[in-house]
Amino acid sequence: MRILKSVAYVVALPLLLVLLWWASTRGEPNFFVPTPAALVDVFGPTWFEGRITGDVLPSVGRLLAGLAIAIILGIVVGLLVGLNRTLRALTEPVFEFFRALPPPVLVPVLILLVGLNDGMKVAVIVVGCIWPVLLNTIEGVRSIDPVQNETTRSYGISGLNRIRYQVLPSAAPTIMAGIRQSLSIGLILMVISEMFGSSSGLGFTILQFQRSFAIPEMWSGILVLGLIGLALSLIFQWCERRVLRWYHGLKEVENAA
Amino acid sequence: MSTDVLKPGRAAQPRAARPGARRPLPKPVLGLAGVLGFLLIWELVPRVGLVQPRFLPPASEVIIALARDFGLTAFWVAVGHTLMAWAIGLAAAVVAAGLLGLVIGMSPFLRRFTNSTIEFLRPVPSVALIPLAVLLFGVKIESSLMLIIYACFWQVLIQVLYGVADVDNVATQTAQSYGFSKLQRIRHVVFPTVLPYLMTGIRLAASVALILAITAELIIGSPGLGREIADAQSGGAISGMYALVLATGLLGVAINVVMRQVEQRLLSWHPSVRGEVVL
Amino acid sequence: MQPDAISAKTTPVPAGATPSGRTLPEGEALLSVRGLKKVYSTDGGPIEAVRNLTFDLGHGELACLVGPSGSGKTTLLKCIAGLLGATEGEVLLDGKKVTAPPKKMAVVFQEYGRSLFPWLRVADNVELPLKNAGVPKAERRQRVADALEAVGLEHVPKSYPWQLSGGMQQRVAIARAVAYQPEVLLMDEPFAAVDAQTRADLEDLTRRLWKDLGMTILFVTHDIDESVYLGERVIILSSSPTVVQEDIRIDLPEDRDQLETRGLPRFTELRHHVYEQIQLAKKGHRPDAALA
Repeated sequence: MRILKSVAYVVALPLLLVLLWWASTRGEPNFFVPTPAALVDVFGPTWFEGRITGDVLPSVGRLLAGLAIAIILGIVVGLLVGLNRTLRALTEPVFEFFRALPPPVLVPVLILLVGLNDGMKVAVIVVGCIWPVLLNTIEGVRSIDPVQNETTRSYGISGLNRIRYQVLPSAAPTIMAGIRQSLSIGLILMVISEMFGSSSGLGFTILQFQRSFAIPEMWSGILVLGLIGLALSLIFQWCERRVLRWYHGLKEVENAA
Repeated sequence: MSTDVLKPGRAAQPRAARPGARRPLPKPVLGLAGVLGFLLIWELVPRVGLVQPRFLPPASEVIIALARDFGLTAFWVAVGHTLMAWAIGLAAAVVAAGLLGLVIGMSPFLRRFTNSTIEFLRPVPSVALIPLAVLLFGVKIESSLMLIIYACFWQVLIQVLYGVADVDNVATQTAQSYGFSKLQRIRHVVFPTVLPYLMTGIRLAASVALILAITAELIIGSPGLGREIADAQSGGAISGMYALVLATGLLGVAINVVMRQVEQRLLSWHPSVRGEVVL
Repeated sequence: MQPDAISAKTTPVPAGATPSGRTLPEGEALLSVRGLKKVYSTDGGPIEAVRNLTFDLGHGELACLVGPSGSGKTTLLKCIAGLLGATEGEVLLDGKKVTAPPKKMAVVFQEYGRSLFPWLRVADNVELPLKNAGVPKAERRQRVADALEAVGLEHVPKSYPWQLSGGMQQRVAIARAVAYQPEVLLMDEPFAAVDAQTRADLEDLTRRLWKDLGMTILFVTHDIDESVYLGERVIILSSSPTVVQEDIRIDLPEDRDQLETRGLPRFTELRHHVYEQIQLAKKGHRPDAALA
């Protein structure tokens, strides 16, 4: 009974919305919005006959590659800068500028510098996504508890061991928050780098549907993008819960007190 | 006698600062040095030939181009368009998400009822709506607004929901026991708790709004700095394009600074000027 | 204020008391503090936290450092631990000058909640310094288990520190130090943040570990009762800028009991004496030796 009730809570509103959508498109056909049935009809043929391997997977692959590079680079540079007070002060204004720079403007810049190719698309994602990770890593390292530092020092824990056992875990909550921001920026950049002068990929395809007024197909593309976003967010949440289990537990105890 | 007393005192002074722990340069000086260093590298890379100047003009050229832009009406019109889309979109999203967040957050039923839908719609990237926006509004400012509102709405809504969930039970019960009406409770208990969360949401949404304003201008071609950048690039005005990129960055910095100031002003009264919660 | 007038009013100096830090013949001391001075340079000019401290700690001693708040106790401890560099003077461990945290030393901090790593479980917290030191896995396991048993926490190795009470968390920190097998254990007001009942238990635990394991312990506290109850020797510090006010031997029976020992007339006498010395220190009285 309890399970039934929570299932009802999960599906009730989505069902209601689909019903509403169906009812409002039932009468005379709307040019902009297809019926749910038309969308379902068109979804399979549009995506599962070649586009998934030709457009979707390469797009997602570039996104993941760009994100991975950005996260690793951001954490490594963030550690180097964060652990050094002088370096931190030296780089802060420049980094703040790059964080504030709206990442989409990187697309035309990198087209110039790298050219119109896959490398550019990955580079756009790397250059756009690195800042939240980098700056949050610096912040996480900077705000490490001084008692923690004295503890590691007094036990002679230094160098890589200190980074592995103290600095990284301690900064992990802040770093994860940065990665979360990077994910949504990465997705935006994946789409628009393909919309801005490209001949393949998810962003290009969806824009192509719109230009040729293939409206149900365009909506199915929006749906695919939404599903990718959802999948990315679910994977991230799963990772975050694993990595930060201790942190959420600690917060719960602190809040209860 | 007095010189004798002074001498050890003077000798003790330099010893106080241990060797190796020389007083570091003040932070702003280092920051300025960092900026100058960055500009120097940017100047040298094309001059030395690491990158061809027609792809990356030296910093000095770009700064001169930016200075020239500052004298042009067209530049300021573009800035105005971008800022207008930013402001209207942000305001609409904040009002809508703020009200909806309060209503949903205060009802346990609505919270559970909407949870799955919110979690499903939130990660949908707003750029997915670009084709739809083009279809509906073409290159008008409404295209930008649609993307901005969609993206900012979730940022603010989530923060407001967190905020309402954070309302102290004891405070609510106290208010109830003193016979506060529902409206009074919102005014005196819920709102003060939510405000810091709301401000965090608005600050995050402010930078998201700028990103999407520029995106819409760049991709769709609605008026503003983004379109100017696209035009400069396709027209081969490379220094001009870099100058505009620099300008959007400066705009981003300005928005960040202003939003942080507003947040501090508004929350200075708050007992818990909360630590940075970056979500 | 006449120094003579004050000392006339104090209770008789206990046997074995010296007006400055006690030193041992060369080669006998495990830990030597020699003419230690620490001056912080701040924006408001230099601040002298510790003026001139000299004392020795022999093998297997349990000494308490007690002083009025703000007397630079923590600064002194950090200098000894090699966490802070001294402005003048030196700290010797086994005759070797301490310039960085030495291997043979472990510190138990007051802020147990911040000194334990919240992302590591209890056993992992205890194990980490051993892992870092390259102790083989089997031995590591044994030492962790032994240490947890010694502090009475063998039942919670898989818990996270923040799931435990404050007293239990401090036991974990003590277990971590014990497992490290230091020659000198430095404890910086370790029980200042726990409730009175837990505190008594932890004091007895400290005495027991000292007797069973034969460690040398330097215990910093601002609590006079605690210093007399715990220590075999109490080093009283003056108020800042700090010198040794007096160094006294605690001639209480070795087996101590919270009720019995604290009820002894001798305990009261020593307690009185330490209290008076601290009051003198607060008023700015300095032993003659320090003035010289």
